Amino acid sequence: MTELETSDDGTERTPSARENETEHEGDDRSLEDGTFGRFGGQYVPEALMPALEELEDAYQRYVLANEDGFMDEFRRRLRDFGGRPTPLQRADRLSERYGRDVYLKREDLVHGGAHKLNNALGQVLLAKYMGKERIIAETGAGQHGTATAMAAAHLDMPCEIYMGRTDVNRQRPNVFRMRINGAEVNPVDAGRGTLKEAISETMRDWSQTVENTHYVIGSVVGPHPFPAMVRDFQSVISEEAREQCLEQIGSLPDSVLACAGGGSNTIGAFHHFTADESVSLYAVEAGGSSLEVDEDAGVAPNSATLSTGTEGVLHGARTHLLQDSHGQIMESHSVSAGLDYAGVGPELAHLVESGRVTPVTVDDDAALEAFHRLSTEEGIIPALETAHAFGFLHEAAGRDDADEVLGDSVVVTVSGRGDKDLETVIEETEKRGLEAAPDLSVFASEGGLR
Amino acid sequence: MSDRIDAAFAGGPAFVPYLAAGDPTYEASLEYVEALDRGGADVIELGLPFSEPIAEGPTIQEAVVRALEGGMTPERFFAFVEDLEVEAPLVCMTYYNLIYQFGEEQGPRPFVERAAEAGLEGFVVPNLPAEEADPLRDACDEFGLDLIFIVAPTTRGERLERMRERVSGYVYVQARLGTTGAREDVSDHTNASLERLADWDVPKAVGFGIKTGDHAERIVASGADGVIVGSALVDIVAEGHENDEPTAETAARLEAKARELAEGAARGANPENVPQPEQP
Repeated sequence: MTELETSDDGTERTPSARENETEHEGDDRSLEDGTFGRFGGQYVPEALMPALEELEDAYQRYVLANEDGFMDEFRRRLRDFGGRPTPLQRADRLSERYGRDVYLKREDLVHGGAHKLNNALGQVLLAKYMGKERIIAETGAGQHGTATAMAAAHLDMPCEIYMGRTDVNRQRPNVFRMRINGAEVNPVDAGRGTLKEAISETMRDWSQTVENTHYVIGSVVGPHPFPAMVRDFQSVISEEAREQCLEQIGSLPDSVLACAGGGSNTIGAFHHFTADESVSLYAVEAGGSSLEVDEDAGVAPNSATLSTGTEGVLHGARTHLLQDSHGQIMESHSVSAGLDYAGVGPELAHLVESGRVTPVTVDDDAALEAFHRLSTEEGIIPALETAHAFGFLHEAAGRDDADEVLGDSVVVTVSGRGDKDLETVIEETEKRGLEAAPDLSVFASEGGLR
Repeated sequence: MSDRIDAAFAGGPAFVPYLAAGDPTYEASLEYVEALDRGGADVIELGLPFSEPIAEGPTIQEAVVRALEGGMTPERFFAFVEDLEVEAPLVCMTYYNLIYQFGEEQGPRPFVERAAEAGLEGFVVPNLPAEEADPLRDACDEFGLDLIFIVAPTTRGERLERMRERVSGYVYVQARLGTTGAREDVSDHTNASLERLADWDVPKAVGFGIKTGDHAERIVASGADGVIVGSALVDIVAEGHENDEPTAETAARLEAKARELAEGAARGANPENVPQPEQP
C-alpha cells in the first residue's frame, strides 16, 4: 500500500514506532512465521495447508509486490466501483455536545454501505488473479456476505455465502441483497446459528473444494495470511483518515475510536496510526447484556473478546477467545450481529497485549442509545456495530478524565450504515423503552417492518 | 514411542475405529468402545469433543454435540479412558485448543502428562499442522506418546518432509478431500497418497469415507497397513440414540460392524484375495 511521507507531515514518530511501521510496510514480520507476537499462526486441517501456502504466495506477489499491477487495479476498482475515498466529516452537533472536535470517517458511504467492501473486493480480485473459479464466504450481520456477493457479481465469479440461521432471521435485508446479487445463501443450523458456526461451516466447504475455490474470510481472523492480508485491504481506512486529518485539521487526531468484532474495521482504522504514539487507539467491544459469563451454560452474554477473553486457538489462529475453563468456545452475544463473535483478530490481540490499543466495552443499551443519538442529531443511521463506538464516545466524554482519554480531536469510524439493523432496533428500542429514541411503537406493534 | 501401537500394526493390517467419547452418554459410550474392542479393533481412536470441530462432517459434528451435551470434558475424558476395559491401545483425537488449555500452565505438556497417566498411547490433532506441532511433539517425546499426522491428498513437497520428521506411531492417510463422513466408494486419491509415503518407516492407515468390509479390503489390498473408520460407526451410535435402542443392542451392532471391517482388512492382506487394483 502507498505509505504517506511521514517525514513531511510534521508529526513526531519515535524510532521504535518507525521500525514498527517498516515491518508493516515491507517484509512484514507476519510473513516470517505468520505471527503477531504470540498470536496468529496456521491451525487448520492439513487439507487446507497447501491452499494457505498458495494464498501466501499470491499475497506476497500481488498485494505486497503489486505484480501484474494488482494493487493498481484494486485501487482503481475501490475508487470507481467502491466510491473511495470516503469523506472525513466533522460532526458539528456531536462536537458541540462533547466539547471537542469529533470527526467521522464515513465508511458507511462505501458501496454496499460498509467498510466490508474494501476487503471483499480485494480478495475476490485476488482470487481471480489466482485463477480460482468459485468464491465462498461466511457472514454474521450480512455486511461481509453482501460485500462479497457484490464484488463477485462485479468480477463475474460464482459465489456462495454461509450464514447462521439466527443471523439469517435478524438480518433479512442483507439476505435479500445477497440473493439479488446472484449469490447462494446457505443457512447454518449448528450451535446458536451465528458467525462462529458460519465460519466453521465455510471452512468445511473449503476443505472439500480448495482446489478451485477461494474462501473470502470477512475479518482479520483465521490462519495466516488472512489476518495480514485483510488488514492490508482494510488499512485504506486509516491511510485516508490520516491524510485527511493532516489536510483538514492540520494535525493528527488525539484519539481514534473503532468498534471491534472480528477486528477488520478496527485494524483498518488503526493501522496507519499505530506508529503515531500521540494518537490513542480504542477498540470498542460489545459488552452485550453483561460482562459476566455463565460457564455452565457455555454462554458469554457479551462479545468482549479483547477485554474479557483468554488466549487460545480457534478458526486457524492463536488469539483471544471467549472460552470456558476447559477450552470449549462459548456462545457470544451482542445486540449487533456483526460483533457477535467469540474470537478476534490475532494482530489486535497483540496490539492490546503490547499496550498500543486499549480495549473498552459498551453494552447493548448504550449502543442503542448512541444509535438514536447519531440518527437524530447528525442524520446518519449507523450500523449497530458502529453505534458501539459512539456509545464509548458518549461515555468517555462524560468522565472526569475525558480530556486525557479522548483529547481535543476524535476520529470515530462509521463502519457501516444501519439500514440492515432497523428491524432489530425497532424491536429492541421498544422492549427497553429507551427514552432518547423517537416513538417507534407504531412499527413495533406492526411487527417491525415486516 | 508407543510399543503397543507398533505391536498393533506388526500383526497384519490394523483396523482402527473411531468413536466420540461420551456419545451420547458416558456409560453407553464405555460399552460402545468396548464392543469395538471385542469386534477386533487393533487401535482405537477416541474423540475428545471440541465445540468447533472444523475438520469433521455432519455425522461426527453431531456426535460431538451429543457428547458435550452429555457433559464430556477433558478431565472426564481421562476418567473415561481409565474406566475402559479394552485390549487395543488408545489414541486421543481432539483439537488443539483443548490440549493447549489443560492444566494450570498454558501449553501442551500438562495434557500430555495426564494422557500418559490415563494410559493413552498417542494423539491425532486435525487442526495442528506440522508447522505448529513442535511443542506437542516435544511433550510427546518426554512422555513416550505418539503424534500421528494426517496426510491429505493435497500434501506434497516440503510439507510432506516436515510431517515425516515429526510423525510417530502411524500416519493417517486422508483418502479424499473434504471432511470426515462415510461414502459409497473408495477414492482414487488413496493409491497416489500411499505411493508418496511408500518409503516412510511408519505404518500407513487410511481413513475418510470407509464404510464397509469391502472398502476396508480394497484399501488394504492397495497397500495400506491399516484402515481408520469413524463416521460409519458413529452412524450406528446415532441411529441407536434416535431410536431409543437399548445400549446392548447398539453395542452388538457396533461389534458386528467392527468385525466386518476387521475381517475386510484381513482379507485385503491375503494376496490370493486381492481384487482388481484401482486405476489411479
